[in-house]
Amino acid sequence: MSALTPLAPLAIATLWQRELTRFFRQPSRIAAAALSPLLFWILIGSGFSSSFRLPGGPADVSYLRYFFPGVIVLVLLFAAIFSTISVIEDRREGFLQGVLVAPVGRAAIVAGKVLGGATLAWLQALPFLALAPLAGVHLTWSAVLAAAGVMALLAVALTAVGFAFAWRVDSVQGFHAVMNLVLVPMWLLSGAFFPLAGAAAWMSVLMRLNPLTYGVAALRGVLDAGSGAAASGLPGAMGPVGASVATALLALLAFGAGLLVTRGGRVE
Amino acid sequence: MSNPAPRPGLAPGAPSGPPAPAAGSPAVPPMIPSTPNVLNPSSASSPSSTPSTVPVPEPAAVAAEGLAFSYGGRVALQGIHFRVEPGEIFGFLGPNGGGKTTLFRLLATLMPPQQGSLRVLGEELFGSGAGGPRQGAAARVRRRLGVVFQAPALDLQLTVRENLVHHGHLYGLRGRDLARRIDRELGRFGLADRAGDRALQLSGGLRRRAELAKALLPEPRLLLLDEPSTGLDPGARRDLWSALESLQAEGVTVLLTTHFMEEGDRCGRIALLDGGRIVAEGTPAALKDEIGGDVVTLSGPDPERLAADLAALLPALAPGAPPRTPPSGAEVAVEVRDGAVRLELDRAHERVARLAALLPGRIDAVTVARPTLEDVFLRRTGRRLDAEAADAADAADVRPDIRKERR
Repeated sequence: MSALTPLAPLAIATLWQRELTRFFRQPSRIAAAALSPLLFWILIGSGFSSSFRLPGGPADVSYLRYFFPGVIVLVLLFAAIFSTISVIEDRREGFLQGVLVAPVGRAAIVAGKVLGGATLAWLQALPFLALAPLAGVHLTWSAVLAAAGVMALLAVALTAVGFAFAWRVDSVQGFHAVMNLVLVPMWLLSGAFFPLAGAAAWMSVLMRLNPLTYGVAALRGVLDAGSGAAASGLPGAMGPVGASVATALLALLAFGAGLLVTRGGRVE
Repeated sequence: MSNPAPRPGLAPGAPSGPPAPAAGSPAVPPMIPSTPNVLNPSSASSPSSTPSTVPVPEPAAVAAEGLAFSYGGRVALQGIHFRVEPGEIFGFLGPNGGGKTTLFRLLATLMPPQQGSLRVLGEELFGSGAGGPRQGAAARVRRRLGVVFQAPALDLQLTVRENLVHHGHLYGLRGRDLARRIDRELGRFGLADRAGDRALQLSGGLRRRAELAKALLPEPRLLLLDEPSTGLDPGARRDLWSALESLQAEGVTVLLTTHFMEEGDRCGRIALLDGGRIVAEGTPAALKDEIGGDVVTLSGPDPERLAADLAALLPALAPGAPPRTPPSGAEVAVEVRDGAVRLELDRAHERVARLAALLPGRIDAVTVARPTLEDVFLRRTGRRLDAEAADAADAADVRPDIRKERR
């Protein structure tokens, strides 16, 4: 396949920009993606706060605080899902065909769509950092920068995973099935919702295999840097830096999956 | 694009400008000496004429040989041959499910051909024996190809201008050049005052125009249109066709698919596509000339008996000029269709009166009509084009093709 032709940067930029334009013309999407995780955090976080105790950690780590990085990952996940649904809409409305017959390689199409969706997910998750004090998380500016970086990696990874599924699924309903059977369980088993340390043996194996676990661990690491909660979510002795590298790898792998599913089926 | 359009006047033997509808299917383009014609004083004496290079005949815009395609077990195209010359308006006419959509998707480089050879704008998309799709050929073709899909490929959330800007970017156009082209195409299609409207707000006809404007931005040499008239009112159809004809005058080759015989009539040449085969090819006039004279339709209380009696009467009525039987062997000389008797008859206007007199009280109404492409299709296949049934089958036909592209 013709990888990145000279036209690629312009094509990527234009597809990226289109995602943003479309998003800001549909305010209901902004509300849907931002409000439901907020609701999750308040309801679940408050509900568990009296009974939760971090295994092996200090007693002062409330569930609202433990859950905070998980909610940010949930915002990223929901936003990534919503933005990759546009792949299905593009196909149904015929827009995708017009892009496929343009002199643009598939890599540029994948990059444009994934970067556009990831940018949207990132922009929707960033404001949640402002809620950190409510969760008892004390942020320094360097922690905000580090968190933004990890969130960008996670946004690319989750959007690319969503894209890979959306390319193969031909209806929004089908995509909801994928979301409920794959993406949400992936989030539940990532240490976002409950810590790895207290999980049953079979579950902790699944959690260690789940690539998203490392992304959540990285974000927890940078957000809780310095406090005792940092290490508790991490598999093994992996620190925030190692987990961030693992997240970057996940993003690359997911992007590769996006490329793979779009290959074949036409002359390149 | 380094391929100049043939310039009229430089080569007397060459086809000049937009070719008049060619009679029959042209075989090989006329050969032109490949050495500069220094001996011809007339060409040397005109200083204003362009360069001493003699135009090389343009290769066919599209040429297919033995092109075949199937989806799993379902055969969509079974070895078709055709050739479209530069500057032609060429139509594929046939019912849905006849293979038009598959052919369109192959031409648009959305999928590689499986068998046979397909050359588009001089690029071999798949050579028999080449062992697979040619690397890069499709990418080179796409730069010079404009594609108008049946479902307009517009982003409905974006304005008309935004749609055009994004499309231009995908073709590597940008900045002032792109803005100039966009203004030109918006002007050409009367969309200048709607440029700021979202595509969602446009009517079907305007969307089709916006789609055409989009397709023409990169100044394609070949424009492909899939069922361009579907969903358009008569006024919008007229606009579409005047746009296509002015494009032809600019030297653009236009290739379209349709199941409307009225649309087939406006093409320079058409190929009738049925069951994955080309069953007839030529100018609409030549195809209609195959039908012996006129098409007569008679209705009466007992069409079956009327048909039998007519068949018996005809030899006496028109001695020496019996209604021609079709080359395919299907006997359609006198037949009953939809409760009416239909026959093809030379000089029908002189003869129907006698027919009616010979069968008193048996005929309620008589229609004498010039043959249509529908009649040609009927004669060649024994079936109707039947636009309504085809429309219903549309959804069933198009979806599997869209899915296939992902495999």
